[in-house]
Amino acid sequence: MREFGQAEVLFIIFALQWTLTLTALAFVGGGIAGLGVALLRISRSRIIRWLVSGYIQIVQGMPLLVLMFLCYYAPSLFGIELDALFAAGIALTLNASAFLGAIWESALRAIPKAQWESAEALALPQSKVLRFVIAPQAVRIALPSTVGYLVQIVKETSLASIIGFVEITRAGQLVSNATFEPMKAFVCVAILYFVICFPLSRFSQWLEARSPGRAKGTSRGKRSIRSKSPKTT
Amino acid sequence: MSVIHVENIRKRFGALEVLKDVSMTVEAGEVVALIGRSGSGKSTLLRCLNGLEKIDEGVITIAGHKMSHNTAELRALRRDVGIVFQGYNLFPHLTAGENIMLAPVQVKGLRKAEARAEAQRCLELVGLGDRFDSYPDMLSGGQQQRVAIARSLAMQPVVMLFDEVTSALDPELTEEVLAAIEDLAAQGMTMMLVTHEMRFARRVAHRTIYMRDGIIHEQGPSEALFTNPQTPELRSFLKAELG
Repeated sequence: MREFGQAEVLFIIFALQWTLTLTALAFVGGGIAGLGVALLRISRSRIIRWLVSGYIQIVQGMPLLVLMFLCYYAPSLFGIELDALFAAGIALTLNASAFLGAIWESALRAIPKAQWESAEALALPQSKVLRFVIAPQAVRIALPSTVGYLVQIVKETSLASIIGFVEITRAGQLVSNATFEPMKAFVCVAILYFVICFPLSRFSQWLEARSPGRAKGTSRGKRSIRSKSPKTT
Repeated sequence: MSVIHVENIRKRFGALEVLKDVSMTVEAGEVVALIGRSGSGKSTLLRCLNGLEKIDEGVITIAGHKMSHNTAELRALRRDVGIVFQGYNLFPHLTAGENIMLAPVQVKGLRKAEARAEAQRCLELVGLGDRFDSYPDMLSGGQQQRVAIARSLAMQPVVMLFDEVTSALDPELTEEVLAAIEDLAAQGMTMMLVTHEMRFARRVAHRTIYMRDGIIHEQGPSEALFTNPQTPELRSFLKAELG
């Protein structure tokens, strides 16, 4: 049996790089795929919208842990041995794509139809309407919840410990097993999660406070992007 | 040759027929006002003219383009047909100048510097030469609407459509927008405007069309139409509108 000491704390802190790597993988991968999901969800084709909606429902309707097991064990059916990092990365990416896709879809839908119409009336092709008119406005709407979701991803990476990937939760488990000091080990792990998540949460709250429709003022950063609704006469 | 030629168009929203066999023409340089109650089909007619609403039957030719469902052809048509809406619909994340520059740069491929000069010129035309860098929410409704007019003008359209552009404005702001439109009329721009401003229609429009229940109920030179309406429906409409 080992004592819980500096080396054990450092071991856990050292594993932080893998929590962050996994977070980055999920956020970037899930972001790219989520963008696709959001764009396909506002497609004109009903079949595409329906298929993508099905994808979102399936992923969101499954515990991430189960998704992670599937990603870890399914490739072995085809004789492929997947690295735990890779399997966890795929599972987190799929999961993030469904949630980010849904967040961004609703941001895109929040832009008034009149914005599409007036841009199309200026002869802009759809891709440019999206890029220059709709997306910049949608990004401002979606930013607070996107950063908020990043906090979720950080915490969700802990599930990768179950398939044996050594990020901080798994590191805490290993230290706990070796020292029989679960409280010390997991308080240490909890502190690390908090140190990462707390600033992100505050950042998200700050974005929310200055987000469209909430803030008043004339400086660029604080401008409301809500267009004035016309009076009906 | 006429700039707008509409032949036997029909438009249905579900079971409701909003335009029932409408035909009309607008000549180059002509200013035509569309008046009528809400629900008479006048806004729908205007929106059909640049393909924002798809017609179910009939033929529209505008600025030399035949109305089409093909996106490339529709875009070509829209380059030559400007429209200004009741709700201004400026892009809130762009300055007045950037709002105006967007389409010339992205659609016509103008260089930034050229587009900037053109945007400045268009802003001056509507009396807002000093508001290039203002964001829409820093402008009054009347100013926003004038920027929207400038944004349309920057594409150098052959014809301009105005859809109740002053209906969201207070009376004192209405005047500045109407003055900008009147300037355009004086320069010979072909225009069609849906309006509730009867006095303005009478003063500026060469011809006025009164719509009722999806058909052109009565039309004629504005002065004659307003002083001597032929149908009892138009008489009672004008009485209600002019008080």
